[in-house]
Amino acid sequence: MPNQARGEDAPRAPRPMLVRREVRRHIAYESELDPSFGEHIARKAYGEKLFSCIQCGTCSATCPVSHYMDFTPRKIIAMVREGFRDEVLNCFTIWLCASCYACTVDCPREIKITDVMYALKQEAIAQGVYPRGFAIPVLAREFFRGVQRHGRSNEVALMIRLFLKTNPLGMLQNASIAWRLWRTGRLSLRPESTRHRDTVRTLLRAAKQADEGSAP
Amino acid sequence: MRYWYYPGCSLKSNGRPYEESLLAVFRELDVPVRELDDWNCCGATTYMSIDEGQAFTLASRNLALAERASRQEPEGTPQLIAPCSACFLVLTKTQRYIELHEDLARQVHAGLRAIGLEYRGEVQVRHPLDVLVNDIGLPRIAQTVKRRLSGLKVACYYGCQVVRPFPTFDSAHNPTTMDRLVEALGAKPVQWPLKTRCCGGTLIGTIRDVGLRLNQILLQDAARRGADVMITVCPLCQFNLECYQREMERTFHEPIRLPVLYLTQLMGKALGISDYKLGMRRLFVSPMPVFARLEGGQAVHA
Repeated sequence: MPNQARGEDAPRAPRPMLVRREVRRHIAYESELDPSFGEHIARKAYGEKLFSCIQCGTCSATCPVSHYMDFTPRKIIAMVREGFRDEVLNCFTIWLCASCYACTVDCPREIKITDVMYALKQEAIAQGVYPRGFAIPVLAREFFRGVQRHGRSNEVALMIRLFLKTNPLGMLQNASIAWRLWRTGRLSLRPESTRHRDTVRTLLRAAKQADEGSAP
Repeated sequence: MRYWYYPGCSLKSNGRPYEESLLAVFRELDVPVRELDDWNCCGATTYMSIDEGQAFTLASRNLALAERASRQEPEGTPQLIAPCSACFLVLTKTQRYIELHEDLARQVHAGLRAIGLEYRGEVQVRHPLDVLVNDIGLPRIAQTVKRRLSGLKVACYYGCQVVRPFPTFDSAHNPTTMDRLVEALGAKPVQWPLKTRCCGGTLIGTIRDVGLRLNQILLQDAARRGADVMITVCPLCQFNLECYQREMERTFHEPIRLPVLYLTQLMGKALGISDYKLGMRRLFVSPMPVFARLEGGQAVHA
């Protein structure tokens, strides 16, 4: 199965939105691994030290959410460099990372583990390998779109889009908080934006072109 | 020396009490602060998950704007104050990564050129805590205090991104700037090992149970250590810790009621600034009963 998700038209595996997930044992043989995956991620994450990991487990111990993860950060590093591409891109760990950088400052080999997690999220979003309606990638995408459009992020619009696309009932769940934010003047309905809306779009387009131009 | 103030998106909506109290405190201390004109979103942690190069480019526009603005009044290094932890980290990280990685620098400069800006690497990104403790100084703050907060026990919550991964002005493992500041106000910081433990950031909106639990642990432990209030310097931490207390009670069946203020609100209180100007009415869990107790049981009007 692991190779399935690689194809363009691979079906998106439906997955319950549970945090604790049963870890299915599957023995992956070398032929099923992607030997270039480790280097690809290392390059993407400015994490050139990825391969010097000594598997000490400090990252897993210091991570405040590791006990909710299907693979701990230490295992993720080992799997990335061995080329367990599909397993890593499909796991919950990368979405649970809240970028608190506790692992990064404690790593004795100075591996920027948070940056590795970002690189994995980018890869998973680019490949579309996450459960449909799963909130975190949707939040990331909507945030990205909103900022491109207005130059600033509008919390209200962002939250409404997030809930509409993932969990419409969540709006009810959060209605009382929204009401209290409104009453205390902490919900701004005035859309914030930069003076010229296309400034940010022009900026990002030019940067993207420069990036694509320099790519081999 | 003038400081440029980069509010970021949160301080204009959910984090309004932070902006109000921060500006009020700086005014009281005679520190000249001006909002950076036409700033844009820093990209926060979320943008990095889509495209890092674009995230750094987005953030760099603010650095370039700060440089351009201070070129008109040449007075040393331009200082850019970023009160939100995410903004502070992203701006700092952008500077460091542009210096380290040539490809990235090329991409960023190309983007900025397209909108007629340039970035020379002159700006210094500062956190308000850094400015308060290292530029203004604790002795001067202690002198300005009008009403000492004697007897108040405070849990100082730093959160993650102010000191990690770049501990520019304080220790990554045991930061003390906020504790020392609280002492200068006459209050007592509680010993609290969880002060840099993550609140989960956006998890409360995405994987709710995990987010609620992380925050509940922080609140419970602070209360157990005798804290009357918790203070913080991040709009997302403050929102998570304060606004969801009712939801935490409902989920975990344990009572929690702990006022969570911004550092600058507590400071403003000690400096004698009115509750209105400090945005106290915007809090979900009112700290007024605690302050009333401090003043000998007399009612204090919000």
